[in-house]
Amino acid sequence: MIKLTLNGAARQFDGDPEMPLLWFVRDIADLSGTKFGCGAGLCGACTVHIDGAAARSCVTPMSAVAGKKVTTIEGLSPTGDHPVQKAWMQVNVPQCGYCQSGQIMQAVALLKQKAKPNDADIDSAMQGNICRCGTYQRIREAIKIAAGVKA
Amino acid sequence: MEPTTITSPERVQNVSRRGFLETLFGAGALILGAQVVPQDAQAAVAWQPSVYLGLDTNGAITIVTHRSEMGTGIRSVLPMVAADELEADWKLVKLEQAIGDEKYGSQNTDGSCSIRDFYDAMREAGASARLMLERAAAQKWGVPASECKASLSVVTHAKSGKKAGYGELVTLASQQKAPAKSELKFKSAAEFRYIGKDLPMVDRDDLCRGKGTFGMDAKMPGMVYASVLRSPVYGGTLKSFDDAEAKNVKGVSQTAVIPPFKAPHMFQALGGVAVIADNTWSAMQGRKKLKAEWDAGVHSSYDSDVYKKELMDAARKPQKAFRNQGDFNGALAKAAKTHEADYYVPLLAHAAMEPPAAVAEFKDGKVTTWTATQNPQAVQEAVAGALGIDKKNVICHVTLLGGGFGRKSKPDYVVEAALLSKQIGKPVKVVWSREEDLQFDYYHAVAAMHCKAGVDAKGKPTAWLHRSVFPTIGSTFDARAEYGQEFELGMGLVDLPFDIPNLRAENGPAKNHVRIGWMRAVANIYHAFATHSFVDELAHAAGRDPVEYLLDVVGPARKIDLKAQGVAYWNNGQPIDKYPLDTGRLRHVIEVVAEKSGWAKKKPSKGRALGIAAHRSFLTYVATVVEVEVDSNGRVRIPEVHMVVDAGQVIHPDRVRSQMEGAAVFGTSIAMMGEITAKEGKIVQRNFNDYLVARMPEAPLKTHVHIVASNEAPAGVGEPGVPPVAPAIANAIFRATGKRVRELPIRKQKLV
Repeated sequence: MIKLTLNGAARQFDGDPEMPLLWFVRDIADLSGTKFGCGAGLCGACTVHIDGAAARSCVTPMSAVAGKKVTTIEGLSPTGDHPVQKAWMQVNVPQCGYCQSGQIMQAVALLKQKAKPNDADIDSAMQGNICRCGTYQRIREAIKIAAGVKA
Repeated sequence: MEPTTITSPERVQNVSRRGFLETLFGAGALILGAQVVPQDAQAAVAWQPSVYLGLDTNGAITIVTHRSEMGTGIRSVLPMVAADELEADWKLVKLEQAIGDEKYGSQNTDGSCSIRDFYDAMREAGASARLMLERAAAQKWGVPASECKASLSVVTHAKSGKKAGYGELVTLASQQKAPAKSELKFKSAAEFRYIGKDLPMVDRDDLCRGKGTFGMDAKMPGMVYASVLRSPVYGGTLKSFDDAEAKNVKGVSQTAVIPPFKAPHMFQALGGVAVIADNTWSAMQGRKKLKAEWDAGVHSSYDSDVYKKELMDAARKPQKAFRNQGDFNGALAKAAKTHEADYYVPLLAHAAMEPPAAVAEFKDGKVTTWTATQNPQAVQEAVAGALGIDKKNVICHVTLLGGGFGRKSKPDYVVEAALLSKQIGKPVKVVWSREEDLQFDYYHAVAAMHCKAGVDAKGKPTAWLHRSVFPTIGSTFDARAEYGQEFELGMGLVDLPFDIPNLRAENGPAKNHVRIGWMRAVANIYHAFATHSFVDELAHAAGRDPVEYLLDVVGPARKIDLKAQGVAYWNNGQPIDKYPLDTGRLRHVIEVVAEKSGWAKKKPSKGRALGIAAHRSFLTYVATVVEVEVDSNGRVRIPEVHMVVDAGQVIHPDRVRSQMEGAAVFGTSIAMMGEITAKEGKIVQRNFNDYLVARMPEAPLKTHVHIVASNEAPAGVGEPGVPPVAPAIANAIFRATGKRVRELPIRKQKLV
């Protein structure tokens, strides 16, 4: 039996401990905001926070989150108005929107580590998150707005 | 009326059970635009003035949005057009995503045509309902209708000061005679409330909160999950399989065989063995444990290197002419100099962020499906064909799409879900992995091009030949098709808008060894890459500035009528008088992009330069200047892109900009990185580790978009931003390094 905290609530899982966190979150906890994009930690669509740090849930087995605090996009802010989410809305980042949960979770983790990132910091933190619609320049702009640094 | 939006799985289930849309808009055979639906006293809303509109007595307005949302914003933008003419208060508008139904007109969301094909229909629907509301108010108050004016969901009679909300007027309005189109008064541009005003997309905030429901997120009560093992070689058939280990995976309940397709493959399921489980991961694990033997069939010798050589050889030989203006060979013989070059663009995969996914339930002879599709009517036809039922018995609900780029107008994955549901008697959700998405795509065609020109003493072309050879999308619908279809040849081959007296466009045959399909910008991608690389080569050979040379080759402003020259040219299915091939507009976007990018001032320096390309596609003109930096290791960065777009009238400038920004990135992926290859008939690439796409550091740092103000008929913007990007990058790299790139992707070329 694996016990974890998901978006502040205690959860238990008695299935295959090798099951990636992504599928527990999506199919069992029924939180669909975290997306499946590659299943191999290559695209970032599945990014969540584990104990506050960004992690690719599609390659994180359930055994690795025993006793951990997992936060998904749904748990980022009670009202969905985290400063990063507000910045995303302000510059109309989403096109199809599929990758944006992961992008936002990655950006929030970046700003926790580096409150005032420069372009190189942003490139470095965000390069694992693919957006096929090509919203990268607005993502960069939104991160700078959320960080209060000049675009 | 309960609002029904696709925002949560629970809502999806509710709607599915209640069949809400069928009861709401099921009555009568309906036609586009302002036609009035026969009134149904039992209908869920009080008044349906058109197939797209519903008004209720409490003032609520429902707008049916019938095109698929894959990131362009169209699901929001077309309703804004209807709401504008209706003088609806946008805050009172709820959107209904339409199920697949031919009564809405085409729902095939591709070809950059949603605005072009439905802008007028939405305006007519809104203007007609507005007039009926004004007439209802006039009747209520006993005043002339001409004195009643609708504004923001309220009709006012200025002389008496009387006001009535739309809700109060709905019953009377529904009794008005439907106005003829000639009676409708459309707003002037100055009166537009939403058109041209950049309102936020309705899904924006949900998408920032993880709340949008995509095909991957759709659920039906009692559903099971399926993962399908398919023949690694196109057209291979199953000989035998062993599912013992697969069934040992916890959560796996059974396996099921999907029969192979019959040629032509069209949108049929490819066939294979499905593993059924109670969650996605178990189904995928089970698929990995399946052991299957395949009869690989005739395509098992397909090898990309060999095939490339075949295409390149064919492109160097005379082929069938599809445009032959003047006397190319005669002019070439008299030319001061001749130039020739070969170009190559590989197979490409769409790789939308959301892999294909669908949930379907077969019950009582009917299929209900929720899926991310660009074309719910194609879902109806393909599923009906596979199950042998009438397409009216296929209810296709459309979710949000996690990208489409053309892949999701081919509903083979929905057919898989429907076939499996029929077989096992439960709703089935089919989920494709990224590996499946890359191995079983309808690929963008690999293409070889040969260009040859004769130039006069000043270096200006007097003779031009462009020959292309590629496996045609036609092969998806006719297994024998080997030549490019009219629509493919009309994407940058026969419609070359250059002022050259002797022009020849040829196309040669090629057999397909995988499924070929349309991908964002389609044949324009390779045709524009060859054309604009070659014109840049000629400019260099003539020792002239590329922009000035390009303008010279485009020639004076004029409207080219290819049909008058005997050329079969589709013009995206639109009349040439409404959407002319206008070199004046092409010249204008080139001139403006040169100015905006500072072309004249920014001279190339070592490792840093600008490149240009300009192309008309999907009836829209786009000129692009790309700035590249190439470092001493040959690494390319793109600090700036300038794009100038003339798409005629623009409805939502911010979504036009976002499409162009996205096209710059998509085009960068094509130019720099993308390549699908095959060995022994099997696709080599597996995931984003070997099918490379632009990530943030490789993408243009800043794309500036300039929209040409225009009152011309609205064209499209989803695709036309893409074609100029690759040649502009290659041309910039040439000026920065002296290295001419004629084969994509550029990452495989040694630049320094």
